[in-house]
Amino acid sequence: MATEHSRTAARLMVSPAVILLFLWMIVPLGMTIYFSFLRYNLLNPGMETFAGFDNYYYFLTNAAFWDALINTVTLVVGVLVITVFGGIALALLLDQPFWGQGIVRVLVIAPFFVMPTVSALVWKNMFMNPVNGVFAHIAKSLGLQPFDFLSQAPLASIILIVAWSWLPFATLILLTALQSLDREQQEAAEMDGASVLARFWYLTVPHLTRSITVVVLIQTIFLLSVFAEILVTTNGGPGTASTNIPYLVYAQSLLNFDVGGGSAGGIVAVILANIVAFFLMRMIGKNLDA
Amino acid sequence: MGKITLSNVRKSFGEVDVIPSLDLSIENGEFVVFVGPSGCGKSTLLRLIAGLEDTTSGAIEIDGKDATTLPPAKRGLAMVFQSYALYPHMSVKKNILFPLKMAGMDPAEAEKRVANAAKVLNLTNYLDRRPGQLSGGQRQRVAIGRAIVREPAAFLFDEPLSNLDAALRVNMRQEISELHQTLKTTMIYVTHDQVEAMTMADKIVVLNAGRIEQVGSPLELYRAPANTFVAGFIGSPKMNLLGGAAAEQVGATTLGIRPEHIDIVEDGPWRGVVGLSEHLGSDTFLKVNVEGIGTLTVRGSGEIPQRHGDSIALRPQADKLHRFGPDGKALK
Repeated sequence: MATEHSRTAARLMVSPAVILLFLWMIVPLGMTIYFSFLRYNLLNPGMETFAGFDNYYYFLTNAAFWDALINTVTLVVGVLVITVFGGIALALLLDQPFWGQGIVRVLVIAPFFVMPTVSALVWKNMFMNPVNGVFAHIAKSLGLQPFDFLSQAPLASIILIVAWSWLPFATLILLTALQSLDREQQEAAEMDGASVLARFWYLTVPHLTRSITVVVLIQTIFLLSVFAEILVTTNGGPGTASTNIPYLVYAQSLLNFDVGGGSAGGIVAVILANIVAFFLMRMIGKNLDA
Repeated sequence: MGKITLSNVRKSFGEVDVIPSLDLSIENGEFVVFVGPSGCGKSTLLRLIAGLEDTTSGAIEIDGKDATTLPPAKRGLAMVFQSYALYPHMSVKKNILFPLKMAGMDPAEAEKRVANAAKVLNLTNYLDRRPGQLSGGQRQRVAIGRAIVREPAAFLFDEPLSNLDAALRVNMRQEISELHQTLKTTMIYVTHDQVEAMTMADKIVVLNAGRIEQVGSPLELYRAPANTFVAGFIGSPKMNLLGGAAAEQVGATTLGIRPEHIDIVEDGPWRGVVGLSEHLGSDTFLKVNVEGIGTLTVRGSGEIPQRHGDSIALRPQADKLHRFGPDGKALK
């Protein structure tokens, strides 16, 4: 790609893909922005009128919005904490030599391949159900009252379900990082008199920071838009106890038939996601180029 | 401080005996080099002494105390690794400070030792850099710095120069020798390079397949190799080892003669054709195909004119012949 000529040719040849991707992004975005300024109710189609910033005003002043915002943050942070710490612990365990290592590694990775609706339904009906669930059976066999997870602690339950499906991802990334840790460095530290804990703190943790950064970045992107798990378990309830922003947008546009309000919510979500991304990149992005 | 004794030390990995039982004594302040071809067990032996591997049987004594089951940190030894094994996320200073911090040393005293080590190793200007920003030779010096601050009973070097380029290797070789002169601490050095062994060692231990072939000063090994393995391993270019009629004439199974002990003469007992001549300027190495004997390596002065295809006569220096018996051992 050295000459002016080859650069021009390269640009020309990339352009169809770039243009297609750009349209793919800009058309939905443009239409969402357009709808967000309309009074657009699905019960009265064809009666759209210009609404100005009303949709934004009602969306942002809705009490449910603040609940949803707090729930979203709680969900993301909760899952991140569980998957990062759990992932480090599991990766350390899986890094030890033991019999049946291959099978165990495949089993550990399996939850990641279960689609969100399915895993949420399995958790809801087979584990957390207060009558038939495994947890209820365990509680009863111990003589305790079964705990109704999804109505007593809906958000915590969803955090548990989502963390279960993301834990393998974190484990896998951290495990590969652990395996690339230099053996001679470990031995040098051993000669230098570092205990197992000191070696973990001074060698393993710094070595893992880059992978932890990757895990946090990628998971944050996906966790901001958790939806299926909420839809099939709690429907955002009771009340708004487990409603996050994506679910609120869905409820606004498809349960209340208010496409205008939903679009406004979508744009708010885009802006919030960008703010999060900006701070996230500033905070931990510098770990990536070191 | 720094006397290490190995008695009946044996190491096997599963079924494989890497070191079949070995005795060795290293005196205080000695510079001992373990040398041998790759896979001869020299690194394993060093790791046994360091405590990074457990002995299968036998005992290791350091300064008269049994250290066979002591963990590495308690043996009072410091090791420099082939890959340097620096901690990449710590500055040079923190790298050197690390063993002192782990030992819980008073920070002021630790700082002083680091500053001293940095001065000895010319690292003072690099203390705030990360290992990734240093050249190979500088990294090597940081690794040595990390070893010397602990003031260990002995230093262990595991092929420390093999990742450096040729010129730097010669430099570092001299620096390590000088360091030994200054510190007067026992040093054990593992290498596969017989030149490093010859130039640095007080005592060379030649290893082959886990067994000690010979122990001695560089010149003892050069003058009187105990067997054909040592004869072929020590010295560069390699000693010519001849069988057949030439050996029988002197009553041996194998006759050894070093390339530098064969003279090129007008008329001699061996006549041959030059197959290859390497003119290095200071020396010339000739590969000569001698009838009835085989290919001989001959070392001549830098200015000799012989080239490929020339026929020449050779005369071995009679007092420099090495005779070996049928078991490969030297005949007295």
